[in-house]
Order: sequence, then C-alpha cells, then structure tokens
Amino acid sequence: MADVDPTFTDLPLERLADAALQRARDFGASHADFRLERLRSQTVALRDGALEGAHDGEQLGMCVRVIVDGTWGFASTFELTNTAAVRTAEEAVRVAHVSAPVSPERVELAPEPTHRRAVWVSSYDIDPLGVPLDEKVTLLGDWSRDLAAAPAVAHVSAHLEQYVENKFYADLSGTSTTQQRVRLHPELEVYGERDGRIDAMRTIAPPVGRGWEYLTDGRYDWAGELAALPDQLAEKLAAPSVEPGTYDVVIDPTNLWLTIHESIGHATELDRALGYEANFAGTSFATYDQLGTLQYGSPVMHVTGDRTVEHGLSTVGYDDDGVEAQTWDLIRDGVLVGYQLDRAMAGLNGFDRSNGCAFADSPARVPIQRMANVSLQPAADGPDTDGLIADVERGLYIVGDKSWSIDMQRYNFQFTGQRFYRIEDGELRGQVRDAAYQATTTDFWRSMSAVGGPQTWRLCGAFNCGKAQPAQVAAVSHGAPSALFRDVSILNTQAESGR
Amino acid sequence: METNKPQELVERGLEHSTADGCVVIVDRSSTANLRWANNNLTTNGVARDSTVTVVSTVAGSTGVAAASLSRSASAVDEVRVLVDRADRAARDAGPAEDAAPFVPETVDAAWADAPDTTSIEVLEPLANDLGEAFGRARSEGRRLFGYAEHDVTTTYVGSSSGLRRRHVQPGGHIGVTGKDADQRSAWVGQATRDFGDVDALGLDADLERRLGWAQRSVSLDAGRYDTILPPTAVADLLIYAYWTAGARDALDGQTAFARPGGGTRIGERLSERPVTMYSDPAAPGLECSPFVTAHASSSDSSVFDNGLALSRTDWIADGELRALRQTRHSAVLTEQPVTPGIGNLLVDVGGTSTQPEALAAGMERGLLLTCLWYIREVDAQSLLLTGLTRDGVYLVENGEITGSVNNFRFNESPIDLLARFTDASASAPSFSREWGDEFLRTSTPALRVPDFNMSSVSQAS
Repeated sequence: MADVDPTFTDLPLERLADAALQRARDFGASHADFRLERLRSQTVALRDGALEGAHDGEQLGMCVRVIVDGTWGFASTFELTNTAAVRTAEEAVRVAHVSAPVSPERVELAPEPTHRRAVWVSSYDIDPLGVPLDEKVTLLGDWSRDLAAAPAVAHVSAHLEQYVENKFYADLSGTSTTQQRVRLHPELEVYGERDGRIDAMRTIAPPVGRGWEYLTDGRYDWAGELAALPDQLAEKLAAPSVEPGTYDVVIDPTNLWLTIHESIGHATELDRALGYEANFAGTSFATYDQLGTLQYGSPVMHVTGDRTVEHGLSTVGYDDDGVEAQTWDLIRDGVLVGYQLDRAMAGLNGFDRSNGCAFADSPARVPIQRMANVSLQPAADGPDTDGLIADVERGLYIVGDKSWSIDMQRYNFQFTGQRFYRIEDGELRGQVRDAAYQATTTDFWRSMSAVGGPQTWRLCGAFNCGKAQPAQVAAVSHGAPSALFRDVSILNTQAESGR
Repeated sequence: METNKPQELVERGLEHSTADGCVVIVDRSSTANLRWANNNLTTNGVARDSTVTVVSTVAGSTGVAAASLSRSASAVDEVRVLVDRADRAARDAGPAEDAAPFVPETVDAAWADAPDTTSIEVLEPLANDLGEAFGRARSEGRRLFGYAEHDVTTTYVGSSSGLRRRHVQPGGHIGVTGKDADQRSAWVGQATRDFGDVDALGLDADLERRLGWAQRSVSLDAGRYDTILPPTAVADLLIYAYWTAGARDALDGQTAFARPGGGTRIGERLSERPVTMYSDPAAPGLECSPFVTAHASSSDSSVFDNGLALSRTDWIADGELRALRQTRHSAVLTEQPVTPGIGNLLVDVGGTSTQPEALAAGMERGLLLTCLWYIREVDAQSLLLTGLTRDGVYLVENGEITGSVNNFRFNESPIDLLARFTDASASAPSFSREWGDEFLRTSTPALRVPDFNMSSVSQAS
C-alpha cells in the first residue's frame, strides 16, 4: 500500500490549521473546521489513435467553516500563509454574521469521537500520475488502432481520467485526519454507420479506486472486452428496432448500477428527503416519516450504504466532518430502514451519529451530504446471469449504461444501455436497438423477482455525480448483481422521436 | 509565499520557458453565494481562486508537440515550476494534430489593470430582502428554497508571440422555488451581471402568482400536447443543441449535425421558419469573452487558438445551418470558416409578443410549462433528448390559464422543435433551469409546439 505523498505532508498543514482554528475560537465559534486539499488530475484524449489533448491539473487551497451563534459560515482561499488562514477564518465568521438574520434554524452537529492525527490511504499500487504520458498514449493508441482496423468501425475515441486527492482536516474538537485517494477511469468508444444509421459502442469497464495497474496487471480482461467491441457495434448497427411494450428484463450490473444510483442512492439522502435540494437536484419520495415502513422494493432487495469497500470511488477513511467511515443498511427485505447522513442532518433529526457522508469536491466548496457507495447485495445462493435469463420466456437482457434521467422526486425514470439482447424461451437471440426502459422507482424495485448470486456482483460507478449549489461533483461506486425484473415498460426511442 | 500580480505571473512564466512557444493563462476569480431551504439560509460562502495554465509547444521532426498544465498558483516561483513541467511534458509528447502558429501580437488596452473581484457584500441587500420574503412566506404557509451566486473571473492570456489579452467576466444568477401547504410548487429564475437588477420581493410575488394558478389541479395522461415552452425551457433545450454542435464530432459522424455518408450538415435547412441562432461576444447585457481561451485541446477547442478574436457567429440563419463550432484545425478538415465556441447564445425566430403567456391567447386547450429538468441525450443521430417538466405545468383553456397539471417526462429533439413550432414570442434574456449554472448568458423566445411529446406521467410534485 502507498504512503501519503510527502510533498503534501510537507505543507504546513497543522500550522495553518492552528492559525485558522484559533482565530475562529477568538470569535466564539462553537464549531470550526479547517481543510487543506490538493486535487491533482490528468485527462488524456485520443481520436483515432492520435493524441487529441492531454491536460494536467492541480487545485490547492484551504478553507475554514465555522458555526457562530448556530449559523454556518464558510470561506476559502488559494493563499497558503498564516495571514491568509487568519483572514479566511475572519471571512467565514463575517459570512455567518451576514447570514444570521435569515437563519432562524440553529445548526446542531451530531457527536463524533475525536480522531487524533489519523492517516488513511486508499488501496492502489501505482500512482497513475507518476506514469509517463507517452506510456499512456502508446497503450491507448495501440488499443485504438486495433479497434479501428475492424470493418464496422469508422472512428475510435479513447479517454482516460485520473485523480489523486489529498485532504487534511482538523477541527476544534481535536480531530485531525490526513488522507490520500486515487481514482482512474479509462473509456474507449467505437463509432460506425450502416444504411444511413450511425451508432456507437463503448467499453463497460467501470471507473475504479485503483491505480495504473488497473490497465496493465491483467486482473481486468481488457483484451477480451476490446476484442468484442467491433462485433458488438456491427451487430447493433444491423439489429432490428425494438418492439415497444412490456418485457421481463434481466439487467446486468454494468447497467443496473446507474439505476441504483438514481433511484436509490439519491432518494435515500436525508438532506433531499428533508427538502434541502428542492430548488436544484430535487427532493425524494422516500420521506422521513416513512422510515421503517416504506415498502421500497420486493423482499429480495437488500441495499447498503458503504464508505469502506476496497477500490470504491466514495471510499474514505474519514469524511469531511471528521467522521469515521462506516457500512449500514438502507433497505432491508425491501423496506426503507436508513438514510445517508452528515453531522448536521444527523444532529437535527435525532440520529445518534452521522454515518459519514459529508464531502466537498474541492477546498473552495462547503461539505454537503454526499452519496456513499450504495450497493444492491446479491443473494447468497443466487443464480448466475444465465440462470436468470433461463427464467424468462420473452424479455430483454440489458448490458452497459448510456442515457439516464429521473424526476425531481426520484419516481419516474428512463434509462438506455449499451446493448439490449432479446430473450426468447430462456435464451439470448441477438441485439435489438432503439430501446429504453421507463418505470416508477417503487414499481420497478417491487417487480424485482430474483437477484443473482455473488458470482454476478460487480462494483461499477461514475466520476460525475452532480449535486448542490454551487455545483459539486463526486465520484461514487455502486455494486450490483444481475437481477430479474418482471413486466417493465420498454420504449422505442425512434418512435418517441416521431421517426 | 508571495502573491504576485497576474501580469507578472504571465511575463515571468513566458520569460522562464525554454520551449519553442509558450502561452500562460491566469484566471483570478472570486465568488460569493447564499443558499436557502424551508425559509432558512442553509449554506453560504465566499471563495477566491487563482489558477495558472501553461501551454508549452516544441517543434520536432514530425510536427509540433504541445502540453498544457494548470495549477492553483499565485507566486512567480510556483509558475516557474509549472513552466518547467510543461516544457518537459511538451518535449516528451508526440506531435499535436491541431498544431498551428500562435495568434499574432495583440495587446489589450486594459492589460495592466488589476483583477476585478466580488464579495459577500454584493449579496447583502438580497439577504435582507430574503429575510422579508421568508417572513411573508411563513405567514402565508409557503416555503421558499433557492440559491444566489455572484462570480467575477478576470482572465489574462499572454503568449510568446506577443499576445496580451485580458477579460473580466462578471456573472450571477438566482433561482427560487416556492411550495405551498399542498406541496404545489413554482419556480422563477434570473441571470444577472451584478445583482443590481434582481428584485427578490418581486420574484417572490411572481411565485405567489404562479402558485395561485395552481389552485385547481387537473390530472392528464401522457400524449402529444399543444405546448408553450417559455424562454427558460427553450434555453434548456437549445443550449444542449449548441453544446453538441462541434464540427469535428459532426465530421466524424457522431452527432445530429453529421451527414449520413460523410461530412457535416452545414448548408442544410433545419426549419422553414426564420430561425436565427447565434452567438455574439458584444451582445448587450450578455457580453462575454471576445477571444478564445483554451486551457486544453479537445474536439472543439485548441490551445493553439488562444487569443483568437471572436465575433458574431450565426449558427443557424433563416432556418439554415450555417456554422458549427470550429477550431482552426477542424476548419481545415471541414473546409469551413473558423468559428470557435462563444460564451453566449441568442435565438430569434421572428416572434413579436413580449410575454410568453400571450401565446396562450390563441390556444384552445394546451399546456404552459415553466422549465425542464434532467435533460439527457437518448439518441445522438436525431438529438432525441429526454427530461421532465418541473415546478409548474399549467393548463390553458380558451386562452386562459385555468389550473395546474401533473408533471411529465418528455422525449423530444430540439432540432425537430425548430421545424415544428407554430408560434413564438420575441427573444428575451432567459436563464436555463438545468444548465444556467454553467451557461447563463442566453436570450431565447417562447415557442408554441402543437404536438410536444409527453412520453409518460411523473408523480413528482
């Protein structure tokens, strides 16, 4: 396991924190926390095997958050000096004072044990930002040229995103944490045309909390996935358009993770259930008064929140409230039994403790309640994907995510996918195209008649989950087995467009 | 650590570079925001940032290579480190496909000026008005939710070819959602440059009026409806169309602007109506950067184009697709003029009425929307988008608004809408509910579409 990068720990972390927190204490802050963050990134893009663009970024800054007379105040700066730390604390206090007249609700933080000088590093072998760019361009270029050689492929794009995130947190209670996380997302997409119809096919390899070894150590079958891509595109271009109607569907984890994200992950965020996102991302049908009673889905549904799973994109040691990472149930036997919390949400609503879901995407942003790795658990002795398909007389098997959309209370959703295969009499019969599935969240999850076994479970996810104002982006993973849903509405997207 | 002036960072960075060419971009920004929910301020903040981007280019036997690196930096020493890394990275990189000579020497008159800034004080009058609006809402059994932000970014671009350009971009926006005791909701939003034109109490009065429209509620099934899309909803849809209008992606057959069989659709008629969709850095009230600032190369931006002058560009004129977003590189490939992306979007379809509600006058039975949400692309070739109505769908009967209707999921293509609308208002400054946070300078008309596809009903309220 890697150590925290010394170029981060060599920064005057504790000195700046002490200066800022002391100044906040001078103003009578009942709570103050300090973060110093460095977010390093690199994106690499190739088009038809040639480098289109590469960009290295590094964001470095510090911030102070205070509670003064029960009101939040927040300020951040890019200057890393004692003077700037003191000034930023003063600005945070000033913001709290400006806000006080319109903040009748007093902030109450749920208690949390003190964690002194805790250090945590995510699980990876090779820092991706330490790998020379030409090595990455060579690998992606070789893969791209192999794909481009296939007759069905007109163009190939390759994209690689990599992040190394360092955070130092300290608060007035004596907690201080130093952390380092790595994440990486490679993606290749092929484009083709047939009979005036253009389409694309993309890799389904998930983004991961792993290092450069993800592309090179052989534990992920890149060769197999890339070799299949041109034929999958050719088949899709030649496929018949789907007949709209009601189908039984078997959904692969490479598609189901996104449905989980939208219809469970966001719906079980307590801040949304209480209306805090009403003007932007929206609220939730899973309101607080239904905790313990809402029949969210079928009895085979077991969903957990988890900030500890190895290689998870939302996995941390401690959150941005200084709370230690945990695992807990959100839905058990199909019933809503938990929410995702930060300290303020927990404190205002009678929870004993936060479950560690505070996160800010940069030093310039205030921590908000963000998603844990929210995952559907497999059935201990569940079937494999073929076993689920065998149980379908007329249906579809859906692989890979593509388009996604859900309403402001997480009821009505519509998803497409990379590939839709027809199922007839328990067997796959080739792809269809132009398909989307549309449902209401509770109808959909209540229609889940079987979940696959642990052998079908995969951890997928995304880098680009958006929430809050000012907008913040978070990376999050979702694990899922394959699962079978009965009587799901399938649309023909060409018919929807009136063509 | 010393904080240096942005111009000094640029000059010392260029001076330090040992590459064949160098561009240094400094972005100094400050922002202030307030957020509220349930008649209570929830989060707030001020932030200041200084980001330096260095683009180094090195000529080799097979072409010119480029590297671009950015980091938070405010001192000359930090910039020198960044320049060293960029120079090294460019020497290690292969030839850049978009390589071109840098834009020639141009020095803006305001180059020596200090960065402009904002602070929480810009929002202090708003906070005071909000206090009054919260009190009024509380006494009337309503709840207010919203967000206000003001941001000022000053950008300095210098290059080894003598370019010295400076631009100040102020921007802000406010959005407010109101809910009544029966959970009916309404939304209003506005973009602004300085909050001098924002009337929080007026916005609250607008919400009250809209919630009043919802006293009668009607359930409707999915289907195709005669629908008025207000400027906000039109901006929601056409910003997406603009974002997908990259020439290179079209040339490679990846978007709705690709011609099957090869090439782009430039020159094709998209609408029989006098539709004009354009961008203009000098558009009054919607002013944006008059030159290209490219921190990295991609399919529709090129670091070699930094500093390139921008002027009014008609993307669609008289219903015909006239241009797509081009770098100098893609312009060569498509054999079209160089038309880089610009930071505003204006749409005019020849409508004359100034109030979107006026379009309802000629409507026997139809829908008036407020805004759209969670818009995502379903099909690239047709630019079929899906999304939902939100916070106010109203029933129009015999020219009058007679009640509120449930929400819907839609499936529609904005390109098709430009060909199918039957009536429109004049273009007016608008604020996209979905994309306004990142693209807030738009002017759009309201459109009446006789058969807008409401694909299914949403239970959300």
